[in-house]
Amino acid sequence: MVARKKHNEIIKAESKNLNFFYADGTQALKGINLPVYENKITALIGPSGCGKSTYLRSFNRMHDLYPGNRYEGEIILYPDNTNILEKKVDPIEVRMRISMVFQKPNPFPKSIYENVAYGLRVRGERNKRVLDDKVEEALKGASLWGEVSERLHDLAFNLSGGQQQRLCIARALATEPEIMLFDEPTSALDPIATVNIEELMSELKKKLSILIVTHNMQQAARISDYTAYMYLGELIEHDLTDKIFTNPSKKETEDYITGKFG
Amino acid sequence: MAVNQAKPIKDLGEVRKLIKEHKRNDFIFAAVGMFVIASLTITLVILFLDLFFDGYPRFGIDFFTSYPSRKAIQAGILSAWVGSSLVLLVTFLVAVPLGIAAGVYLEEYAKKNWLSDLIEINVSNLAGVPSIIYGLLALGLFVYSFDLGQSILTAGLTLALLMLPIVIVSTREAIRAIPVHIREAAFAVGATKWQVVLNHVIPYSYGGILTGVIIGMARAIGETAPVITIGALTFIAFLPPSPVGAEIPFVNFDWLESGFTVLPIQMFNWISRPQYEFHVNAAAVGAVIIILTAIMNGFAIKLRYNVRKKIKW
Repeated sequence: MVARKKHNEIIKAESKNLNFFYADGTQALKGINLPVYENKITALIGPSGCGKSTYLRSFNRMHDLYPGNRYEGEIILYPDNTNILEKKVDPIEVRMRISMVFQKPNPFPKSIYENVAYGLRVRGERNKRVLDDKVEEALKGASLWGEVSERLHDLAFNLSGGQQQRLCIARALATEPEIMLFDEPTSALDPIATVNIEELMSELKKKLSILIVTHNMQQAARISDYTAYMYLGELIEHDLTDKIFTNPSKKETEDYITGKFG
Repeated sequence: MAVNQAKPIKDLGEVRKLIKEHKRNDFIFAAVGMFVIASLTITLVILFLDLFFDGYPRFGIDFFTSYPSRKAIQAGILSAWVGSSLVLLVTFLVAVPLGIAAGVYLEEYAKKNWLSDLIEINVSNLAGVPSIIYGLLALGLFVYSFDLGQSILTAGLTLALLMLPIVIVSTREAIRAIPVHIREAAFAVGATKWQVVLNHVIPYSYGGILTGVIIGMARAIGETAPVITIGALTFIAFLPPSPVGAEIPFVNFDWLESGFTVLPIQMFNWISRPQYEFHVNAAAVGAVIIILTAIMNGFAIKLRYNVRKKIKW
């Protein structure tokens, strides 16, 4: 068998033997070793409850919001070799470098402008000109500028679901993150809005690295460069997306991909 | 050509009968609910109208601008409504910041353990403690131990104690109503706890908090027992020193130490007189208290409505 050259990619982040335990003691992740490549989209697939969202949320320490959750192992962020799970690394520092887009569009009940500007305000930016510029840039980056430039001070709730989700992407983008996490970002959207978001992600990866959880295998096949299949908290297989979907090396992966299971 | 007809369902009649039966339960519940609400509303309206017509002859500018008097027809509620306003001002300034701070702390900062559970049970219980107990506590603590005297300050603090649990409980309820995904969104962009509280938690919950504040104030305005316990005057023919003065620094705090009376005490005082004329006065004060309470509650409903209109989760 010809070994595919996939390791000429630059690794942006990597989990090393990552275990995760919820407060009630259940182990949701079991020794996950997985790289996230720079300027690539890595998709996490697997049946409900396989731990893919748990894995994703470890990357910005979301689990720290709830007492009793516990990580073991490391997630190393390059090039500075920071283990972002270490106790002495403040979760806020991690969230300033790695941003997240959630499953359900969750804009703040504030204006469109304030939603995008919030991440910058949190970082102490007060200069109106800088804020204006960065808000515009982020909205353009999320291909929403054309639709909202005339009504930046309207309430975000007045936007459609797809627009709200792109607003959330703009909010996550405004702070120039190194990695963006997407947790099933299109599961609450209609097909057209879904296509918009997928095109957007392919555009975004030129600037940053993307880790996405999706329950939609076609979506993973369409947009991702690498795919990881997880099952019951374990990483079953990780490879180039083409390889996973055409010629997976594990039987379990094949069963899941072909719909025999899951 | 034969037209194919869909076969009728055999037991369509039975289905309809079943629906009818179930709908009867709808009707019964609606009727019972209607009856309960109507009887409550009618009771309040009758009570109010009774007070209003009994006290009607006394309504007029004079009633609000006169001091109490030995002659019922000349007596007014000037000292009572000024006293009530000043006491409520103190109550508001003390109970609202403390109550909101306590609610936010318990909900956002406190670790969930047996101690926070204990505090939670205590706070809820405090809301149900008879108000006279607060009066006794205030008499021992504020009047004797802290030597604050039988003053507006003491009364304001006492009513603030009474109002605190209401503000704390409503603050916590309002905060809990903020969906997890909005909270997570704020943390995910790198906000600290304090930034989340200041920029999100308080702004999104302030409708509920205000409702609690106003309901608490409406309760405080009608409280009689604790204010009598701490020794409010029942007959008072002077006003406390004005809180706003003409000279620098334009505010003075002497009024805090002044003796005072409040509306419900004035009512209580008049109703215990044997002369019928004073009962007319008492009815008039009663109507004033109910109107004030209704205005405050209406204000609370309006505020809540405005906030709800802006925030849909």
